[in-house]
Amino acid sequence: MKTEELISVLSTNVEPIDRRQLSREIIAAVVVGTVAAIGTALILPGMRADLSTEYALAYFCAKMIFAAAVIVVGTIYLLRLARPGAVPQSRVLAVTWPPVAVGAFAALSLISAPLWHWHTMAMGDGWLECLVSIPLIAVVPFVAVVLAVRRMAPTDLVRTGALAGFVAGGMSAAGYALHCTDDSLPFIALWYGGAVLLCALAGALLGPRLLRW
Amino acid sequence: MQADEPELKTLMTAAQSGDAAAYRTLLNHLSGRLRGYYKSKLVRYGRSSADAEDLVQDVILALHTRRHTYSTDELFTPWVHAIARYKLIDYLRRRNTGFADMPLDSMALEIEAHDDRNAVESGYDLQRLLAKLPEKMQQAIRQVKIEGLSVAEAAVRSDMSESAVKVSIHRGLKKLADMIADEVKS
Repeated sequence: MKTEELISVLSTNVEPIDRRQLSREIIAAVVVGTVAAIGTALILPGMRADLSTEYALAYFCAKMIFAAAVIVVGTIYLLRLARPGAVPQSRVLAVTWPPVAVGAFAALSLISAPLWHWHTMAMGDGWLECLVSIPLIAVVPFVAVVLAVRRMAPTDLVRTGALAGFVAGGMSAAGYALHCTDDSLPFIALWYGGAVLLCALAGALLGPRLLRW
Repeated sequence: MQADEPELKTLMTAAQSGDAAAYRTLLNHLSGRLRGYYKSKLVRYGRSSADAEDLVQDVILALHTRRHTYSTDELFTPWVHAIARYKLIDYLRRRNTGFADMPLDSMALEIEAHDDRNAVESGYDLQRLLAKLPEKMQQAIRQVKIEGLSVAEAAVRSDMSESAVKVSIHRGLKKLADMIADEVKS
């Protein structure tokens, strides 16, 4: 086939595009993924029973703010990476600020606590459960995001995959926060932060395979 | 930035709003550029002009099915270049050709097109590929995109709703793009 022939086919009766299609599809995937993550967390590990206490509520909110920051910041950069074209490295590194910020708060709370408290604050009761649950709950949200991004045109599949994993990790953290009774900032920084970074790493490894077009 | 960036961006913006003439001009211009780009790259790997033409058509179809991913807030040339480079790397990677020496940031799309547009054809047969599509999609593409009927006319003729015709065309072209991408890869 001659290229002119193809061009003639494509440019006959061309439909106008919907300029908001891309952001709408990605945001829809994020909403679906978040609902799925919360649903999974409520059904499998179940809701924590003590949310009525002020102390528990405060830490629940801290976890939710962290998760929301990861989702929002990640989605903003995902919207950019889903479009072909160069994105400066520095702008993509900006997504790391939610983990860095929670790490800084964690350090402050450790400094103001006695040394013999540190181990309990950092390890909690269920650090392993947290580190395993968040990536597992993130599977469905990750699939939702990947399916949406595949319809766009990512050209840096490693970074796009990492960001898809990062956002899915944030959604999953929001779900897991409903269950988790470990209430301390160092715990959130280490295990929520660590789990989200694991998700990003898995996304980076899977990206080149799953996102190819 | 390339000298004709403003001009190309204007054409793309118009094309995204449904301006067929602007779209045709744009695709013709880009196909010339892409041909020059791929020929200069592939010649190093001992590939023929027909291989370059396969890639040109793969990219033209990708530009089409993913044209909504261009945002008018951004420059247009880097968008095209990112797609062209992505497809080239994918092509070379699938063939396990060493391409470590390929300068990734070269703006080689600026290379002038060789004016032998009519001499080379890709390895694809449009009719054969079309025939692989489901009947509805074939019909919609033939009527609207080849014979040039309006969507409304095609809807009446094939007894479908207008939106069904549009969806058939959209899905059909997407499938066509996937088939060509698969053939480029194999």
